[in-house]
Amino acid sequence: MELIKVKNLYKKFSGTYVLENINFTVKSGEFLSIIGENGTGKSTLMRLLLGLSEATKGSVEVNKKIKNKIGYLPQQVEIKADFPASVHEIIMSGFLNSSAIIPFFKKAQKIKANKILEQLHITDIKNKPFKELSGGQKQRVLLGRALAASNGVLLLDEPLNALDPLAIADFFEILEQLKAGGYTIIMISHDIHCAIKYANNILHLSHNSHYYGSTKEYVNSPLGKIMLEEGHHHD
Amino acid sequence: MINFLSTLFTYDFFINALIIGVLVSVCAALLGVSLVLKRFSMIGDGLSHVSFGASAVALSLGLAPLYVAIPVVILAAFLLLKIDKNSKIKGDAATALISSSALAIGYTAVKLSGGGNIDISSYMFGSIYTVSNQDMIITVTVAIVVLFLYAVFYNKLFSVTFDEDFAKATGIKTGFYTTLLACLTAATVVIGMRMMGALLISSLIIFPVLSASRVSKCYKTVIITSAAIALVGFLGGMVLSLILGTSPGSSIVIINLLIFAVCFVLEKFLKK
Repeated sequence: MELIKVKNLYKKFSGTYVLENINFTVKSGEFLSIIGENGTGKSTLMRLLLGLSEATKGSVEVNKKIKNKIGYLPQQVEIKADFPASVHEIIMSGFLNSSAIIPFFKKAQKIKANKILEQLHITDIKNKPFKELSGGQKQRVLLGRALAASNGVLLLDEPLNALDPLAIADFFEILEQLKAGGYTIIMISHDIHCAIKYANNILHLSHNSHYYGSTKEYVNSPLGKIMLEEGHHHD
Repeated sequence: MINFLSTLFTYDFFINALIIGVLVSVCAALLGVSLVLKRFSMIGDGLSHVSFGASAVALSLGLAPLYVAIPVVILAAFLLLKIDKNSKIKGDAATALISSSALAIGYTAVKLSGGGNIDISSYMFGSIYTVSNQDMIITVTVAIVVLFLYAVFYNKLFSVTFDEDFAKATGIKTGFYTTLLACLTAATVVIGMRMMGALLISSLIIFPVLSASRVSKCYKTVIITSAAIALVGFLGGMVLSLILGTSPGSSIVIINLLIFAVCFVLEKFLKK
Protein backbone atom coordinates (compact mmCIF):
# COMPACT_ATOMS: atom_id res chain seq x y z
CA MET A 1 0.00 0.00 0.00
CA GLU A 2 1.31 3.46 -0.92
CA LEU A 3 1.52 5.67 2.16
CA ILE A 4 3.27 8.75 0.78
CA LYS A 5 3.51 9.86 -2.85
CA VAL A 6 5.66 12.85 -3.77
CA LYS A 7 5.11 14.16 -7.31
CA ASN A 8 7.13 16.85 -9.16
CA LEU A 9 7.86 18.63 -5.89
CA TYR A 10 9.48 22.07 -5.91
CA LYS A 11 10.22 24.37 -2.99
CA LYS A 12 11.56 27.90 -3.35
CA PHE A 13 12.97 30.21 -0.67
CA SER A 14 13.73 33.87 -1.47
CA GLY A 15 13.77 33.22 -5.22
CA THR A 16 16.05 30.15 -5.03
CA TYR A 17 14.84 26.59 -5.47
CA VAL A 18 15.92 24.38 -2.55
CA LEU A 19 14.11 21.35 -3.94
CA GLU A 20 13.50 20.71 -7.64
CA ASN A 21 11.45 18.01 -9.29
CA ILE A 22 11.47 15.47 -6.43
CA ASN A 23 9.55 12.25 -7.07
CA PHE A 24 9.29 9.21 -4.84
CA THR A 25 6.85 6.85 -3.19
CA VAL A 26 6.88 5.27 0.25
CA LYS A 27 5.11 1.95 0.59
CA SER A 28 3.95 0.22 3.76
CA GLY A 29 6.79 -1.61 5.56
CA GLU A 30 9.52 0.15 3.58
CA PHE A 31 12.71 1.71 4.99
CA LEU A 32 13.65 4.81 2.96
CA SER A 33 16.86 6.70 3.64
CA ILE A 34 17.10 10.30 2.50
CA ILE A 35 20.74 11.29 2.17
CA GLY A 36 22.61 14.27 0.82
CA GLU A 37 25.04 17.02 1.70
CA ASN A 38 24.16 20.06 3.78
CA GLY A 39 21.97 22.52 1.92
CA THR A 40 20.43 19.99 -0.46
CA GLY A 41 16.98 20.36 1.10
CA LYS A 42 16.70 17.29 3.35
CA SER A 43 15.13 19.21 6.24
CA THR A 44 12.92 21.19 3.86
CA LEU A 45 11.66 17.92 2.40
CA MET A 46 10.99 16.59 5.89
CA ARG A 47 8.92 19.67 6.77
CA LEU A 48 6.92 19.18 3.56
CA LEU A 49 6.27 15.52 4.40
CA LEU A 50 5.06 16.49 7.86
CA GLY A 51 2.80 19.22 6.54
CA LEU A 52 4.77 21.95 8.35
CA SER A 53 5.45 23.76 5.10
CA GLU A 54 3.74 24.11 1.71
CA ALA A 55 5.18 23.16 -1.66
CA THR A 56 5.87 25.86 -4.25
CA LYS A 57 4.88 23.39 -6.99
CA GLY A 58 3.96 19.73 -7.10
CA SER A 59 2.37 17.66 -4.36
CA VAL A 60 2.91 15.52 -1.28
CA GLU A 61 0.06 13.03 -1.01
CA VAL A 62 -0.25 11.40 2.40
CA ASN A 63 -2.55 8.40 2.83
CA LYS A 64 -5.53 9.27 5.04
CA LYS A 65 -4.60 6.37 7.33
CA ILE A 66 -1.43 8.16 8.46
CA LYS A 67 -2.48 11.82 8.15
CA ASN A 68 -1.22 13.57 11.31
CA LYS A 69 -0.11 10.13 12.53
CA ILE A 70 3.48 10.10 11.32
CA GLY A 71 5.75 9.57 14.31
CA TYR A 72 8.29 12.34 14.00
CA LEU A 73 11.68 12.23 15.70
CA PRO A 74 13.28 15.70 15.50
CA GLN A 75 16.97 16.43 15.82
CA GLN A 76 17.95 16.76 19.47
CA VAL A 77 19.31 20.27 18.91
CA GLU A 78 15.75 21.40 18.16
CA ILE A 79 14.51 20.31 21.59
CA LYS A 80 14.80 22.80 24.47
CA ALA A 81 17.55 21.20 26.54
CA ASP A 82 16.52 22.81 29.84
CA PHE A 83 12.78 22.12 29.54
CA PRO A 84 11.37 20.73 32.80
CA ALA A 85 9.48 17.58 31.81
CA SER A 86 9.61 13.94 32.85
CA VAL A 87 10.12 11.03 30.46
CA HIS A 88 6.51 9.96 31.06
CA GLU A 89 5.11 13.44 30.35
CA ILE A 90 6.98 13.60 27.03
CA ILE A 91 5.87 10.16 25.90
CA MET A 92 2.23 10.87 26.80
CA SER A 93 2.33 14.07 24.72
CA GLY A 94 2.59 11.82 21.64
CA PHE A 95 -1.02 10.73 22.18
CA LEU A 96 -2.48 14.22 21.97
CA ASN A 97 -3.29 13.90 18.26
CA SER A 98 -5.95 11.36 19.15
CA SER A 99 -7.08 12.89 22.45
CA ALA A 100 -10.18 14.93 22.98
CA ILE A 101 -9.83 18.33 24.64
CA ILE A 102 -10.33 16.86 28.10
CA PRO A 103 -7.10 16.94 30.08
CA PHE A 104 -7.02 13.18 30.77
CA PHE A 105 -5.57 10.26 28.84
CA LYS A 106 -7.51 7.09 28.03
CA LYS A 107 -6.69 3.78 29.69
CA ALA A 108 -5.64 2.27 26.34
CA GLN A 109 -3.18 5.12 25.85
CA LYS A 110 -1.66 4.56 29.29
CA ILE A 111 -1.27 0.84 28.52
CA LYS A 112 0.37 1.63 25.15
CA ALA A 113 2.73 4.11 26.87
CA ASN A 114 3.85 1.40 29.30
CA LYS A 115 4.45 -1.00 26.37
CA ILE A 116 6.55 1.66 24.60
CA LEU A 117 8.58 2.26 27.77
CA GLU A 118 9.24 -1.49 28.01
CA GLN A 119 10.02 -1.84 24.30
CA LEU A 120 12.60 0.94 24.47
CA HIS A 121 13.97 -0.23 27.85
CA ILE A 122 13.25 3.08 29.57
CA THR A 123 10.67 1.99 32.15
CA ASP A 124 13.18 2.53 34.96
CA ILE A 125 13.70 6.18 34.00
CA LYS A 126 10.05 7.07 33.34
CA ASN A 127 9.87 9.56 36.20
CA LYS A 128 13.30 11.08 35.55
CA PRO A 129 13.66 14.64 34.23
CA PHE A 130 14.38 14.70 30.48
CA LYS A 131 17.12 17.29 30.89
CA GLU A 132 19.17 14.96 33.09
CA LEU A 133 19.32 12.10 30.55
CA SER A 134 22.22 11.11 28.30
CA GLY A 135 22.02 11.70 24.52
CA GLY A 136 21.11 8.07 23.88
CA GLN A 137 18.38 8.05 26.54
CA LYS A 138 16.93 11.30 25.22
CA GLN A 139 16.79 9.77 21.74
CA ARG A 140 14.85 6.78 23.07
CA VAL A 141 12.39 9.06 24.86
CA LEU A 142 11.78 11.15 21.73
CA LEU A 143 11.43 7.93 19.72
CA GLY A 144 8.91 6.77 22.34
CA ARG A 145 6.89 9.94 21.80
CA ALA A 146 7.05 9.35 18.04
CA LEU A 147 5.78 5.78 18.52
CA ALA A 148 2.91 7.07 20.67
CA ALA A 149 1.87 9.45 17.90
CA SER A 150 2.46 7.01 15.04
CA ASN A 151 0.09 4.83 13.12
CA GLY A 152 2.90 2.66 11.78
CA VAL A 153 5.10 5.31 10.12
CA LEU A 154 8.21 6.96 11.57
CA LEU A 155 10.09 9.96 10.19
CA LEU A 156 13.52 10.29 11.74
CA ASP A 157 15.50 13.49 11.21
CA GLU A 158 19.25 12.92 11.57
CA PRO A 159 18.71 10.49 14.48
CA LEU A 160 22.40 9.58 14.67
CA ASN A 161 23.61 13.08 15.47
CA ALA A 162 24.54 13.57 19.13
CA LEU A 163 24.88 9.80 19.63
CA ASP A 164 28.07 7.93 20.49
CA PRO A 165 28.88 4.69 18.57
CA LEU A 166 27.36 2.50 21.29
CA ALA A 167 24.14 4.51 21.30
CA ILE A 168 24.02 4.33 17.48
CA ALA A 169 24.28 0.53 17.63
CA ASP A 170 21.49 0.44 20.26
CA PHE A 171 19.36 2.76 18.17
CA PHE A 172 19.63 0.60 15.05
CA GLU A 173 18.82 -2.51 17.07
CA ILE A 174 15.56 -0.82 18.06
CA LEU A 175 14.90 0.29 14.47
CA GLU A 176 15.40 -3.27 13.21
CA GLN A 177 12.86 -4.51 15.76
CA LEU A 178 10.41 -1.83 14.67
CA LYS A 179 10.92 -2.68 11.01
CA ALA A 180 10.39 -6.36 11.77
CA GLY A 181 7.20 -5.32 13.56
CA GLY A 182 5.90 -3.75 10.35
CA TYR A 183 6.83 -0.10 10.82
CA THR A 184 7.50 2.06 7.77
CA ILE A 185 10.61 4.15 8.37
CA ILE A 186 11.86 7.28 6.62
CA MET A 187 15.26 8.34 7.90
CA ILE A 188 17.18 11.47 7.00
CA SER A 189 20.86 10.88 7.54
CA HIS A 190 24.34 12.07 6.73
CA ASP A 191 25.69 8.58 7.23
CA ILE A 192 25.72 6.79 3.88
CA HIS A 193 26.97 3.52 5.38
CA CYS A 194 24.05 3.23 7.80
CA ALA A 195 21.66 4.25 5.03
CA ILE A 196 22.91 1.47 2.76
CA LYS A 197 23.02 -1.11 5.54
CA TYR A 198 19.44 -0.67 6.70
CA ALA A 199 17.33 0.95 3.95
CA ASN A 200 15.41 -0.76 1.13
CA ASN A 201 15.35 2.44 -0.90
CA ILE A 202 17.54 5.51 -1.13
CA LEU A 203 16.69 9.09 -2.07
CA HIS A 204 19.97 10.93 -2.64
CA LEU A 205 19.50 14.70 -2.87
CA SER A 206 22.25 16.72 -4.45
CA HIS A 207 22.64 20.17 -5.94
CA ASN A 208 22.82 18.85 -9.52
CA SER A 209 20.64 15.76 -9.74
CA HIS A 210 18.78 13.35 -7.50
CA TYR A 211 18.82 9.60 -7.23
CA TYR A 212 15.81 7.57 -6.16
CA GLY A 213 15.71 3.81 -6.30
CA SER A 214 16.52 0.62 -4.45
CA THR A 215 19.59 0.46 -2.23
CA LYS A 216 20.93 -2.41 -4.36
CA GLU A 217 20.75 -0.31 -7.54
CA TYR A 218 22.19 2.72 -5.73
CA VAL A 219 25.28 0.79 -4.64
CA ASN A 220 25.93 -0.16 -8.27
CA SER A 221 25.07 3.26 -9.72
CA PRO A 222 27.85 5.71 -10.70
CA LEU A 223 26.77 8.11 -7.90
CA GLY A 224 26.64 5.32 -5.31
CA LYS A 225 30.04 4.01 -6.36
CA ILE A 226 31.62 7.46 -6.09
CA MET A 227 30.08 8.00 -2.67
CA LEU A 228 31.23 4.65 -1.38
CA GLU A 229 34.71 4.87 -2.90
CA GLU A 230 35.23 8.23 -1.33
CA GLY A 231 34.01 6.73 1.93
CA HIS A 232 31.75 9.71 2.04
CA HIS A 233 30.82 9.86 5.65
CA HIS A 234 29.48 13.11 6.99
CA ASP A 235 29.16 13.56 10.74
CA MET B 1 -0.79 42.45 65.10
CA ILE B 2 -3.38 39.65 65.29
CA ASN B 3 -6.01 42.18 66.41
CA PHE B 4 -5.00 44.43 63.56
CA LEU B 5 -5.29 41.59 61.02
CA SER B 6 -8.65 40.41 62.38
CA THR B 7 -9.92 43.99 62.11
CA LEU B 8 -8.77 44.08 58.49
CA PHE B 9 -10.87 41.03 57.73
CA THR B 10 -13.99 42.96 58.68
CA TYR B 11 -13.43 45.37 55.79
CA ASP B 12 -14.83 44.52 52.35
CA PHE B 13 -11.97 46.26 50.54
CA PHE B 14 -9.45 43.95 52.26
CA ILE B 15 -11.41 40.78 51.49
CA ASN B 16 -11.79 41.96 47.87
CA ALA B 17 -8.05 42.59 47.66
CA LEU B 18 -7.30 39.08 48.93
CA ILE B 19 -9.72 37.41 46.49
CA ILE B 20 -8.36 39.38 43.52
CA GLY B 21 -4.76 38.84 44.61
CA VAL B 22 -5.11 35.07 44.99
CA LEU B 23 -6.90 34.65 41.65
CA VAL B 24 -4.59 36.93 39.64
CA SER B 25 -1.45 35.45 41.22
CA VAL B 26 -2.46 31.88 40.37
CA CYS B 27 -3.59 32.76 36.81
CA ALA B 28 -0.36 34.68 36.12
CA ALA B 29 1.83 31.91 37.54
CA LEU B 30 0.14 29.16 35.49
CA LEU B 31 0.33 31.12 32.24
CA GLY B 32 3.86 32.15 33.11
CA VAL B 33 5.04 28.52 32.87
CA SER B 34 4.18 28.32 29.17
CA LEU B 35 5.26 31.91 28.43
CA VAL B 36 8.68 31.61 30.06
CA LEU B 37 9.37 28.14 28.63
CA LYS B 38 8.32 29.32 25.15
CA ARG B 39 10.67 32.32 25.55
CA PHE B 40 7.69 34.69 25.45
CA SER B 41 8.38 36.27 28.86
CA MET B 42 8.47 39.82 27.55
CA ILE B 43 4.98 39.58 26.06
CA GLY B 44 3.52 39.98 29.55
CA ASP B 45 5.60 43.09 30.07
CA GLY B 46 4.60 44.54 26.70
CA LEU B 47 0.92 43.81 27.26
CA SER B 48 0.97 45.45 30.68
CA HIS B 49 2.13 48.70 29.09
CA VAL B 50 -0.59 48.42 26.48
CA SER B 51 -3.05 47.84 29.30
CA PHE B 52 -1.83 51.03 30.99
CA GLY B 53 -2.15 52.99 27.72
CA ALA B 54 -5.67 51.69 27.05
CA SER B 55 -6.81 52.33 30.64
CA ALA B 56 -5.37 55.86 30.60
CA VAL B 57 -7.10 56.69 27.31
CA ALA B 58 -10.36 55.21 28.63
CA LEU B 59 -10.15 57.30 31.82
CA SER B 60 -9.36 60.42 29.79
CA LEU B 61 -12.52 59.80 27.77
CA GLY B 62 -14.57 59.06 30.88
CA LEU B 63 -14.99 55.33 30.05
CA ALA B 64 -14.62 52.27 32.32
CA PRO B 65 -10.94 51.19 31.98
CA LEU B 66 -11.49 47.41 32.07
CA TYR B 67 -14.07 47.42 29.28
CA VAL B 68 -11.65 49.26 27.01
CA ALA B 69 -8.42 47.61 28.14
CA ILE B 70 -9.48 43.95 27.80
CA PRO B 71 -10.27 44.06 24.03
CA VAL B 72 -7.37 46.43 23.26
CA VAL B 73 -4.81 44.25 25.07
CA ILE B 74 -6.15 41.06 23.45
CA LEU B 75 -5.78 42.81 20.08
CA ALA B 76 -2.23 43.81 21.00
CA ALA B 77 -1.48 40.17 21.94
CA PHE B 78 -2.63 39.06 18.45
CA LEU B 79 -0.50 41.77 16.89
CA LEU B 80 2.60 40.83 18.88
CA LEU B 81 2.30 37.17 17.87
CA LYS B 82 1.74 38.11 14.22
CA ILE B 83 4.76 40.43 14.24
CA ASP B 84 6.87 37.77 15.94
CA LYS B 85 6.06 35.22 13.22
CA ASN B 86 5.86 37.21 10.02
CA SER B 87 7.64 40.49 10.37
CA LYS B 88 11.18 41.58 9.80
CA ILE B 89 10.98 43.24 13.22
CA LYS B 90 11.86 40.50 15.72
CA GLY B 91 9.70 39.67 18.74
CA ASP B 92 11.68 41.48 21.44
CA ALA B 93 12.04 44.66 19.38
CA ALA B 94 8.34 44.56 18.45
CA THR B 95 7.39 44.18 22.13
CA ALA B 96 9.57 47.16 23.09
CA LEU B 97 8.09 49.19 20.22
CA ILE B 98 4.49 48.50 21.19
CA SER B 99 4.98 48.83 24.95
CA SER B 100 6.80 52.17 24.89
CA SER B 101 4.33 53.57 22.34
CA ALA B 102 1.35 52.49 24.47
CA LEU B 103 2.91 54.04 27.57
CA ALA B 104 3.52 57.32 25.74
CA ILE B 105 0.02 57.41 24.22
CA GLY B 106 -1.60 56.72 27.61
CA TYR B 107 0.40 59.37 29.44
CA THR B 108 -0.18 61.96 26.68
CA ALA B 109 -3.93 61.24 26.70
CA VAL B 110 -4.07 61.85 30.45
CA LYS B 111 -2.15 65.11 30.16
CA LEU B 112 -4.26 66.35 27.23
CA SER B 113 -7.48 65.62 29.11
CA GLY B 114 -6.34 67.72 32.04
CA GLY B 115 -5.66 64.63 34.11
CA GLY B 116 -6.75 66.28 37.35
CA ASN B 117 -8.77 63.36 38.73
CA ILE B 118 -6.67 60.53 37.33
CA ASP B 119 -4.20 58.88 39.67
CA ILE B 120 -1.50 57.79 37.25
CA SER B 121 0.72 56.20 39.87
CA SER B 122 -2.01 53.76 40.95
CA TYR B 123 -2.04 52.42 37.37
CA MET B 124 1.76 52.35 37.20
CA PHE B 125 2.40 50.68 40.57
CA GLY B 126 -0.99 49.24 41.49
CA SER B 127 -3.61 50.03 44.07
CA ILE B 128 -5.21 46.81 45.20
CA TYR B 129 -7.38 48.40 47.90
CA THR B 130 -9.23 50.73 45.52
CA VAL B 131 -10.86 48.05 43.35
CA SER B 132 -14.53 48.82 42.73
CA ASN B 133 -17.28 46.19 43.07
CA GLN B 134 -17.77 46.28 39.29
CA ASP B 135 -14.05 45.63 38.74
CA MET B 136 -14.24 42.84 41.29
CA ILE B 137 -17.03 41.06 39.37
CA ILE B 138 -15.14 41.38 36.06
CA THR B 139 -11.88 40.20 37.66
CA VAL B 140 -13.40 37.12 39.27
CA THR B 141 -15.27 36.20 36.07
CA VAL B 142 -12.17 36.60 33.87
CA ALA B 143 -9.99 34.67 36.34
CA ILE B 144 -12.43 31.75 36.46
CA VAL B 145 -12.56 31.64 32.64
CA VAL B 146 -8.73 31.71 32.47
CA LEU B 147 -8.38 28.89 35.03
CA PHE B 148 -11.07 26.78 33.35
CA LEU B 149 -9.54 27.09 29.86
CA TYR B 150 -6.05 26.44 31.22
CA ALA B 151 -7.21 23.23 32.92
CA VAL B 152 -9.11 22.02 29.83
CA PHE B 153 -6.20 22.67 27.44
CA TYR B 154 -3.41 21.75 29.88
CA ASN B 155 -2.01 18.82 27.83
CA LYS B 156 -2.20 20.61 24.49
CA LEU B 157 -0.47 23.66 25.97
CA PHE B 158 2.28 21.36 27.25
CA SER B 159 2.80 19.88 23.78
CA VAL B 160 2.82 23.27 22.06
CA THR B 161 5.23 24.65 24.67
CA PHE B 162 7.64 21.71 24.55
CA ASP B 163 7.87 21.14 20.79
CA GLU B 164 5.66 23.20 18.50
CA ASP B 165 6.77 21.45 15.29
CA PHE B 166 5.96 18.00 16.67
CA ALA B 167 2.59 19.23 17.92
CA LYS B 168 1.79 20.74 14.51
CA ALA B 169 2.93 17.61 12.67
CA THR B 170 0.52 15.53 14.75
CA GLY B 171 -2.39 17.78 13.84
CA ILE B 172 -2.59 19.96 16.94
CA LYS B 173 -3.71 23.46 15.96
CA THR B 174 -0.65 25.19 17.36
CA GLY B 175 -1.69 28.62 16.08
CA PHE B 176 -4.95 28.37 18.02
CA TYR B 177 -3.24 27.36 21.26
CA THR B 178 -0.54 30.04 20.97
CA THR B 179 -3.25 32.65 20.35
CA LEU B 180 -5.28 31.27 23.26
CA LEU B 181 -2.21 31.58 25.49
CA ALA B 182 -1.71 35.19 24.38
CA CYS B 183 -5.40 36.03 24.95
CA LEU B 184 -5.45 34.46 28.42
CA THR B 185 -2.27 36.37 29.25
CA ALA B 186 -3.80 39.60 27.94
CA ALA B 187 -6.91 39.11 30.10
CA THR B 188 -4.79 38.27 33.17
CA VAL B 189 -2.54 41.30 32.64
CA VAL B 190 -5.54 43.62 32.46
CA ILE B 191 -7.21 42.31 35.58
CA GLY B 192 -3.87 42.19 37.39
CA MET B 193 -2.83 45.72 36.51
CA ARG B 194 -5.10 47.28 39.15
CA MET B 195 -3.38 45.10 41.75
CA MET B 196 0.26 45.27 40.65
CA GLY B 197 0.43 48.22 38.26
CA ALA B 198 1.66 48.29 34.67
CA LEU B 199 5.30 48.26 35.70
CA LEU B 200 5.11 45.30 38.07
CA ILE B 201 2.45 42.90 36.73
CA SER B 202 4.91 40.96 34.55
CA SER B 203 6.79 39.96 37.71
CA LEU B 204 3.78 37.80 38.68
CA ILE B 205 4.14 35.97 35.36
CA ILE B 206 7.90 35.51 35.40
CA PHE B 207 9.08 35.13 39.03
CA PRO B 208 7.05 32.08 40.18
CA VAL B 209 8.06 29.90 37.21
CA LEU B 210 11.71 30.96 37.41
CA SER B 211 11.75 30.03 41.10
CA ALA B 212 9.81 26.79 40.57
CA SER B 213 12.12 25.70 37.73
CA ARG B 214 15.07 25.85 40.14
CA VAL B 215 13.60 23.20 42.44
CA SER B 216 11.18 21.20 40.23
CA LYS B 217 12.15 19.19 37.22
CA CYS B 218 8.88 17.93 35.76
CA TYR B 219 6.21 20.00 34.04
CA LYS B 220 3.40 19.15 36.44
CA THR B 221 5.50 19.87 39.53
CA VAL B 222 6.71 23.16 38.01
CA ILE B 223 3.06 24.16 37.50
CA ILE B 224 2.02 23.22 41.05
CA THR B 225 5.13 24.79 42.61
CA SER B 226 4.67 27.99 40.56
CA ALA B 227 1.09 28.37 41.77
CA ALA B 228 2.16 27.72 45.37
CA ILE B 229 5.04 30.20 45.13
CA ALA B 230 2.70 32.81 43.61
CA LEU B 231 0.32 32.42 46.56
CA VAL B 232 3.13 32.64 49.13
CA GLY B 233 4.55 35.65 47.28
CA PHE B 234 1.20 37.42 47.25
CA LEU B 235 0.28 36.73 50.89
CA GLY B 236 3.83 37.43 52.06
CA GLY B 237 3.86 40.68 50.09
CA MET B 238 0.55 41.77 51.62
CA VAL B 239 1.85 41.11 55.15
CA LEU B 240 5.12 42.94 54.38
CA SER B 241 3.24 45.94 53.01
CA LEU B 242 1.07 46.08 56.16
CA ILE B 243 4.10 45.86 58.45
CA LEU B 244 6.28 48.37 56.58
CA GLY B 245 3.50 50.56 55.21
CA THR B 246 4.81 50.05 51.67
CA SER B 247 2.75 49.50 48.51
CA PRO B 248 1.40 45.93 48.12
CA GLY B 249 2.61 45.62 44.49
CA SER B 250 6.26 46.37 45.17
CA SER B 251 6.18 44.32 48.41
CA ILE B 252 4.88 41.29 46.47
CA VAL B 253 7.75 41.65 43.97
CA ILE B 254 10.29 41.87 46.81
CA ILE B 255 8.94 38.68 48.43
CA ASN B 256 9.05 36.95 45.03
CA LEU B 257 12.64 38.08 44.60
CA LEU B 258 13.51 36.61 48.01
CA ILE B 259 11.79 33.33 47.10
CA PHE B 260 13.78 33.23 43.85
CA ALA B 261 17.03 33.76 45.79
CA VAL B 262 16.12 30.91 48.18
CA CYS B 263 15.24 28.59 45.27
CA PHE B 264 18.46 29.54 43.47
CA VAL B 265 20.54 28.58 46.52
CA LEU B 266 18.44 25.45 47.05
CA GLU B 267 19.10 24.38 43.44
CA LYS B 268 22.86 24.59 43.99
CA PHE B 269 22.46 22.64 47.23
CA LEU B 270 20.30 19.95 45.58
CA LYS B 271 22.81 19.50 42.75
CA LYS B 272 25.59 18.59 45.17
